[in-house]
Amino acid sequence: MGEILSEYDVLGAFWVTIQLSVLSAIGSLLIGTVMAVLRVSPVAVLRLIGTSYVNIVRNTPLTLLMAFSVLGLSFILGLQLSDQATTNSYWWAVIMLSIYHGAFVCEALRSGVNTIPPGQAEAARAMGLTFGQSLSQVLLPQAFRGAIAPLGSTLIALIKNTTVAAVILGTAEAAGQLAEITENEGASLPTFFLFALGFVILTLPLGILFTNLSQRLSVKR
Amino acid sequence: MSVQTALFDAPGPRARRRHAILTVIGVVIAVGVLWVVIRKMGSANQLEGYMWSPFVTDPEVWTQYLLPGLWATLKAAALSVVLAGIFGIVFGMGRLSHLRAVRWVSGGVVEFFRSVPVLLMMIFFFFGWFSRADWMPNDLAPLAGVVLALTLYNGSVIAELVRSGVYSLPSGQAEAGLSIGLSPGQTLRSIQLPQALTAMLPALVGQLVVVLKDTALGTIILYPELLTSARTLGSAYANTVPAYIVVAVIFIVINYALTRLARFVEQWLTSRGHTAGPVTTTAPMLVEGPAEPGGVLGEESRLVGGRVQA
Repeated sequence: MGEILSEYDVLGAFWVTIQLSVLSAIGSLLIGTVMAVLRVSPVAVLRLIGTSYVNIVRNTPLTLLMAFSVLGLSFILGLQLSDQATTNSYWWAVIMLSIYHGAFVCEALRSGVNTIPPGQAEAARAMGLTFGQSLSQVLLPQAFRGAIAPLGSTLIALIKNTTVAAVILGTAEAAGQLAEITENEGASLPTFFLFALGFVILTLPLGILFTNLSQRLSVKR
Repeated sequence: MSVQTALFDAPGPRARRRHAILTVIGVVIAVGVLWVVIRKMGSANQLEGYMWSPFVTDPEVWTQYLLPGLWATLKAAALSVVLAGIFGIVFGMGRLSHLRAVRWVSGGVVEFFRSVPVLLMMIFFFFGWFSRADWMPNDLAPLAGVVLALTLYNGSVIAELVRSGVYSLPSGQAEAGLSIGLSPGQTLRSIQLPQALTAMLPALVGQLVVVLKDTALGTIILYPELLTSARTLGSAYANTVPAYIVVAVIFIVINYALTRLARFVEQWLTSRGHTAGPVTTTAPMLVEGPAEPGGVLGEESRLVGGRVQA
């Protein structure tokens, strides 16, 4: 165990996992928010754009997006994000993770909007609030609270899915690192549990935090 | 359309004009994005006829590459779903057992496999065990790795589905079973489980989409599934980009059809009304909360194994 830790850069690999998670969490939140706005907008064409995005991205394997980004977009279409191959793969991984989870963030936000009973908007309107007021005072706060739990689940799924970046990042990232260690040193359960523990440490506190938040902030109905 | 009625007034003349402008902007942006994509592909010579024609003119593209890949993908997905179903029912029942030890062990197993990335398991099972085991035929090792990893992960998700399905039944169901003299185990098996399993059918079909997408991870452990055939096809015909796009379309079509099937099953079950609980459409999420579409973990209905939890 100690040998493996001194010979391989396990902590470095998990540091890459954390970087990928944070960067793509921000990216997917941006994409997802834009798409969610499009999907609940009153304009049919904008709704169609949002719906198509979600249906296409959600039904494509993330592995395919990753492989396509470097083999297709970078090598053949010449979309290089950096002159260095590793940096290029790194940023493509962030972009593809953002695009993929953006679809799930969009659905999470939309399910938050869907938790609002129509009576809330009707009541706001009956009180004479303008559209902007009813949106900012009544509807959005409830939609946001309702979306906390699915957003938390999406974030945890994102952290676990950063392992798929091993397709293009190789050993720089946790799953690729585990592959190399296992291939060189043979199967060792402690090594596997070490990596598994790494992900439990990353995801478990987030799960507890989000469950707590969503229960504390849940709207009593 | 309830979203629209909740969020927006019926449009007046000014709003209608604004919507018309937004429609034009939306169309312009969509067409612009498509145009950029097509121009980029054109300038990289990806729209030439010889890149795309093999998909129509050369049957070997399908018989040698895509269909075997698709078959391998479907085979792995089908095996994983069947095994995950068995795993899920066993451990789901374990989590509902009236024996504390059984409950804890099943809970630990389910929570562990639910929080470890599938790819880590796949890599460990394949490179660590199956690829070096003497008893395992070489060509079966990748399939075994894919199926085992997918079974453990999705089985745990299904176990949670079973549990939340039983929890969301009205407590009267279990009370009725107990009061006619059935044991807690009999009540679970003959009254609660059949209803829970029926109610979770749409969520199970939805989980198939997850399994199908995750079989693509098999490409990392050398399983010759659809994504792998896209790569070999792309290098054999020098048309990597078209090959990936065609494979993506295959995935999207199958998964979209499955999603529609899940919705159809949901409507059919709701109109038939054979279970006392709500119909579940998505697997329970890792974070529980009010907007959770899958599990309705009502505090009042946790009557399991003769034990009422407050």
